[in-house]
Amino acid sequence: MSAGYLGAVRSEFTKVRTTRLWWVLLVIMAAYVALCAGGMAAILGGLGGGANGPAIPEAQLPLLVYSFATSVGYVFPVLFGALAVTSEFRFQSLTPTFLANPRRGIVLGGKATTLLVVGAVFGVVALIASIGLGASLLAAFGIDPLLGEPDTWAFVGRSILAMALWSAIGVGLGVLVPSQVAAIVIVLAFTQFVEPLLRLAASFTDWSAQVAQFLPGAASDALVGASIYTAMSGGSAGLDWWQGGLVLVAYAAIATLIGFFTSWRRDVS
Amino acid sequence: MPTGVPIEFSGLTKTFGQVSAVSDLTFTVEPGQVTGFLGPNGAGKTTSLRMLLGLVRPTSGTATFGGTAYAKLDSPLQTVGASLEAASFHPGRSARNHLAVYAQSAGLPKTAPDAALEKVGLSGYGDRRVGGYSLGMRQRLGLAFALLGDPGVLVLDEPINGLDPEGIKWIRLLLRAMAAEGRTVLISSHLLSEVQQTVDDVIIISHGTLVHRGELSSLDTSDTKQVQVNAEDRDRLAAVLVDAGYQVSNLRSGVLVENADAATIGRLAFEAGIPLTGLSQKRTGLEESFLTLVGEEGSL
Repeated sequence: MSAGYLGAVRSEFTKVRTTRLWWVLLVIMAAYVALCAGGMAAILGGLGGGANGPAIPEAQLPLLVYSFATSVGYVFPVLFGALAVTSEFRFQSLTPTFLANPRRGIVLGGKATTLLVVGAVFGVVALIASIGLGASLLAAFGIDPLLGEPDTWAFVGRSILAMALWSAIGVGLGVLVPSQVAAIVIVLAFTQFVEPLLRLAASFTDWSAQVAQFLPGAASDALVGASIYTAMSGGSAGLDWWQGGLVLVAYAAIATLIGFFTSWRRDVS
Repeated sequence: MPTGVPIEFSGLTKTFGQVSAVSDLTFTVEPGQVTGFLGPNGAGKTTSLRMLLGLVRPTSGTATFGGTAYAKLDSPLQTVGASLEAASFHPGRSARNHLAVYAQSAGLPKTAPDAALEKVGLSGYGDRRVGGYSLGMRQRLGLAFALLGDPGVLVLDEPINGLDPEGIKWIRLLLRAMAAEGRTVLISSHLLSEVQQTVDDVIIISHGTLVHRGELSSLDTSDTKQVQVNAEDRDRLAAVLVDAGYQVSNLRSGVLVENADAATIGRLAFEAGIPLTGLSQKRTGLEESFLTLVGEEGSL
């Protein structure tokens, strides 16, 4: 027996580590998340509760600010997960990959495992960016950043889990849509445009709002437990955090399975 | 020392829709020698090798290594080393890391990548990104991948393509040495002349079917010998040769004499007092037999 699953995981980690994409995306994500979280902390904290924006209780402010790690940062692990798969098709590196380990299911399992961990790393970095800047700004405006609260750290844990699952969803998308350009377009269009619009439109009627809570972004917000979307839509009762997590797991698993039986098992030429 | 196992093709067939790419290929490649897998471009060589390596699913038939399909091998990279024509590299990854990725996947020792780079003469270039490699260096890296697990069987698709003359000489010696150690070596090419100094046996396919299999010398059935000869006074030379009973034709760079040997032609010219500017024996048997077999003269 060859190195099997453990070998596949080690190999996939080396693939991630030995090109530049991971840190380029991490740097962009950290800057983007810090900008959004810092900006929001400055606006809400600076204006204070008396401004004519939506009234957000001071106790909810910190988590709302920190949640930019996932609410704007999640696109990066999705993109990275998708690119980890599509680049194999693009550079025809599936040939040596399947020569080194012809058990294709194990290879894909190793990739998904690896990307889950990498997604968690993206989550940690995004939270460092959002909490690092957000907490210091909130404190500067005299708002308690709630860093001593267990709730805050439970939120941090759920956010890391969400980012890990987003990366796995990226793997599923990549194996479902092996064309690199198509995968990038789908990730950007869906996360930045289609889903926000759908969630907004769905919130106008009850039944559509019921369906919309199963959209991946909504499920992610439910898992994390706070986000700018839920704050704006008045915090309507959505899924429980664990239900949101299961919805994300389902997206990742279903996309990966379908992709395995379609593109991943195809002839490599 | 890893020893080779025979490669066995049995009724291997692949059709893409209505188009038959490979049909009913049956032959065995023995260890201990270099076997050339020849045929014009599009004859089905690469598809056959990809089926052998478990990358493409055959429509019917099997291709195995000593009875075991590639996907069922216990330790594939330590049994079979393969390099396929397509450049399968992430351009942003260094050569050493490229090899490390697959060594880890196959559970090979940490030292395997450097050992393989050493064998193909890329030791000094291991940290360079593959995107900046020349075609010849990519060929060598492909070979390094094949040698990663020190396998007993080598399957190389067009390994000579893109190498400079020094590289061609080097790979010839390497493949001969591998075969001499008892390994099985199968190399494909669309040019007989490219491999005829390297291979012992040839397998020739055309339009996806086997047209010839045997020792290289079995191709040399033709006993026609030609001599190419030149002189300043080419017309008088031709006339002398025709008078001597030879059949001649004019080339741009001389006169082509059928059924002749160089010594006789040289003596005839000397006796007629014609100073020669060129004289050489041409052996066209192999190449011509090859072209006749694949039935595509001129397309090569």
